[in-house]
Amino acid sequence: MKTLIKNGHIVDPKTKRNGVYDILIEEGRIKEIGSGFDEAGCDIIDASGMHVLPGLVDAHCHLRDPGYEYKEDIESGTQSAAMGGFTSIACMPNTNPVIDNEAVIKYVMDKGRQEGYVNVFPIGAITKGQKGEELAEIGEMKFAGAVAISDDGKPVKNSSLMKKALQYASMFDIAVISHSEDTDLSEEGVMNEGYRSTIMGLKGIPSAAESVAVAREVLLAEYTRTPVHIAHVSTEQSVDLIRNAKKRGVNVTCETCPHYFSITEDACEGFNTYAKVNPPLRTQRDVEAVIEGLRDGTIDIIATDHAPHHPDEKNVEFSLAASGLVGFETALPLAVTYLVIPGILTMEKLIEKMCVNPSALLGLNKGSLEVGRAADITIVDLNEEYTVDIEKFKSKSKNSPFNGFKLKGAVKYTIVDGVAVVREKVLL
Amino acid sequence: MNLKSKDLLGLRDLSAEEISHILETAKTMKLVLASKNKKTPHLQGKSIITLFYENSTRTRLSFELASKYMSASAANISASSSSVSKGETLIDTGKTIDMMGADVIIIRHPMSGAPHLLSKNVSASVINAGDGMNEHPTQALLDMFTIQEKKGRLQGLKVALIGDIYHSRVARSNIWGLLKMGAEVCVAGPATLLPPDIERTGVKVYSTVQEALIEADVVMGLRIQLERQKKGLFPSIREYSKFFGVDDKRLLLAKDDALLLHPGPVNRGVELSSSVVDGESSLINEQVTNGVAIRMALLYLLTRREQH
Repeated sequence: MKTLIKNGHIVDPKTKRNGVYDILIEEGRIKEIGSGFDEAGCDIIDASGMHVLPGLVDAHCHLRDPGYEYKEDIESGTQSAAMGGFTSIACMPNTNPVIDNEAVIKYVMDKGRQEGYVNVFPIGAITKGQKGEELAEIGEMKFAGAVAISDDGKPVKNSSLMKKALQYASMFDIAVISHSEDTDLSEEGVMNEGYRSTIMGLKGIPSAAESVAVAREVLLAEYTRTPVHIAHVSTEQSVDLIRNAKKRGVNVTCETCPHYFSITEDACEGFNTYAKVNPPLRTQRDVEAVIEGLRDGTIDIIATDHAPHHPDEKNVEFSLAASGLVGFETALPLAVTYLVIPGILTMEKLIEKMCVNPSALLGLNKGSLEVGRAADITIVDLNEEYTVDIEKFKSKSKNSPFNGFKLKGAVKYTIVDGVAVVREKVLL
Repeated sequence: MNLKSKDLLGLRDLSAEEISHILETAKTMKLVLASKNKKTPHLQGKSIITLFYENSTRTRLSFELASKYMSASAANISASSSSVSKGETLIDTGKTIDMMGADVIIIRHPMSGAPHLLSKNVSASVINAGDGMNEHPTQALLDMFTIQEKKGRLQGLKVALIGDIYHSRVARSNIWGLLKMGAEVCVAGPATLLPPDIERTGVKVYSTVQEALIEADVVMGLRIQLERQKKGLFPSIREYSKFFGVDDKRLLLAKDDALLLHPGPVNRGVELSSSVVDGESSLINEQVTNGVAIRMALLYLLTRREQH
C-alpha cells in the first residue's frame, strides 16, 4: 500500500524541516520525503494549503476503559483522539480496576491494538489501587508496556512514599507524572477560590492547593536527583516554581492543557458544570502566566487531560457534578487559535510541545517525520475557521465548555501507521 | 410592571426597578396581614409547592401561609420523607411536580445553583428559598422592606453585616440588593469567615466589629453555625462572641436610631446578646411579619406575570 501526501507544508522540528515537501508512505512507514515522486499506484492526499505535522502525541488522557465504559471506551476514545489529530495517546490508570498490574496493562494494550483507531499506551498507577499506600508493581508494568506511572486524579499524599516512588521509578527509567494537589487545602472546593466563587456562593479551591504540592514534588526531585513530571499546571505560582527549579538544574518537566491557556473561572458563571474541572479554571492572571510559561519553555508539553463524563453526571447541582472536560477534538484548534495565531508559539514550538516532548517523556519513538519511522501524520488547515459543535464529537461524552467557540486549525487527515483513519474530517 | 424572569433565583439578577416594585407591592400585602380576615382571592386556582431539601420552620411556614392567605392550593415536600431519599435527581423531582400542574415551586437546597438548575427544567416559576451559600433573595427583600419602612429609604444608609459572611446566603443577597438600591454596605467578621475578594462587589470590609458599627444606620447580625468551629474556622463560640458579638455597649457605636436585624433563628449570646435581641432597636419580630408580606407580593407578581 502506497500513499503520497502532496504539496503540504511540513513542520518537523526534530529533522528541522519547515517547508513544502511531499511524503511517500509505503507499508505503513515513511519511505521518502522530497518531491517529484511517481504517483502510480499511490493513494494521493492533496495537502495544498495545509500543514503536515508529525502525529500528535497526548501524554495525558482518560479512556475510562475498563470499568466506566458508559463514559468512554478505548474504541470511542481513540475515535475522538483521531478526529483531534492525535495518533498516539497515553491513558491514565484511574479505571476500574485501576491499571496497577501487568494484567490490566496487557488488557489495555490488547484492546488498544484490536479496537483502537490510534496507538494506545497505558500509564500505570504509582500505588496499588491508587490508594497512596503501597507502591504498585512498577517494574512489571513497565515491561508489560506502561509508558509512565501516575496516580492521576489524586496526589500521592504521603511525601515519604512519593520520594520512594521517584527513586524506584528512576531505576526503571519510567516517567513519574504527578497530579499535584494538596487535598487538605482544596478541601471541599468545587471551583477556583476567588471573586467568582465568592459571588456564586461556591466553596473554592485555592491556587495554593496546587502550588504547595508542586513545590513538594520539585524539592523531592531535587533531593533524590530523579526526574518528575508535573501534570496539568494551571497557576502562576506553579509556573514560577517550575521555572526557578529548572534554573537550578532540577530535573522537572511539566504539562498544561488547552483550557488553562484559553478560558478562566468566568466560564463557570450560571453554574455551568461543563466548566467544572480539576485543577479548576483559574484567573486571567494565571492564564497569562501559563501562556508565558509556554512561550519561554518552562512548560514542556500540551496534553489534553481528556476526561469524559456522562450527561447524568454533569446535569446535576454544581457541587455534585463530576470534574472533567473532554479535550481531544478541541486541543489543536485551541492551541492554534490561542498560541500560534497570536504569535506566542511558532508552529515548530507547538509541535515540540504536542509531539516531540510528549514522545520523549513517554519513551516512544514518535513525534517526528523521519524516513523509516511509522507514518503517524496529522494534516491540518490552519486557516480554516469553524464553530465547535459538541454534538458532532466522536467521544461518547460531550462535556466541553467550548461549544460554540469559533476556532482556527481544523484537522483534515489523521494517518496512523500509514492508514488514514480520518480523511477530509471524516472518521473512517 | 412585570418581573422580567419567570423565576426569582437571586437579587444578583434583579434590577433596582424590580426590587422597588416588589417592595411597593409588599406594602399592600402587609395591610391584608393586619386585617381581621386574612384572605384574598389573588392566587385562587394557583398551585404553590414548597420543595425543601433543608430543614426550615420560619421560611417554609411563611411561604405556606402567604400562599393560603391568597387562596392558593399549597403543598409541601421535604427531602427526607420523599423519593428524594431514594436517590431521585433534582431534575426528575422537579419535572414530576411540574407535570402535576404546579404554578410555583419554592426550593430550598443545600447546594448553590440548585434553583438555577431546576428553573431550566420546569415551566413553573421557581423561587429560591435559599441555595447553599449563594442567595436567599426573599430574606434580603424582607430585610430591605423592614429598613425602608422605618427609614423611608434605602439610598445612602450605612448597613453593617456582622458575622460569618463566607457561608451566608443572606449576606450575599443583602449585598446585591442593598448596593443596587444605593445603600453603603460594610461587612465585618473573623478573617477566616470573610469570602475572598468580597470587596470587589463594592462593600467595605472591616476586620473589627467596632469599625463596622461606627455610625451605622442598620446593624444586621448573621448566624454563626456551631459546626464551623470544628473546621478550624474559629477556635470557640466564646472567642467569636467576645470579639464579634453585638451587645448593648457595641451597639452604642451605631447611630442612636439604628435598626437591629437578624434573619433568625438567633444564637442568643453568640452573634447578638439577649438584651440587644429584645431591645428597642430590634426589628427581628417585624422581620417575620414582613417576610409573609414579601412572599405574598412575590407569589402575586410571579403568577400574575404568566397571564401576559
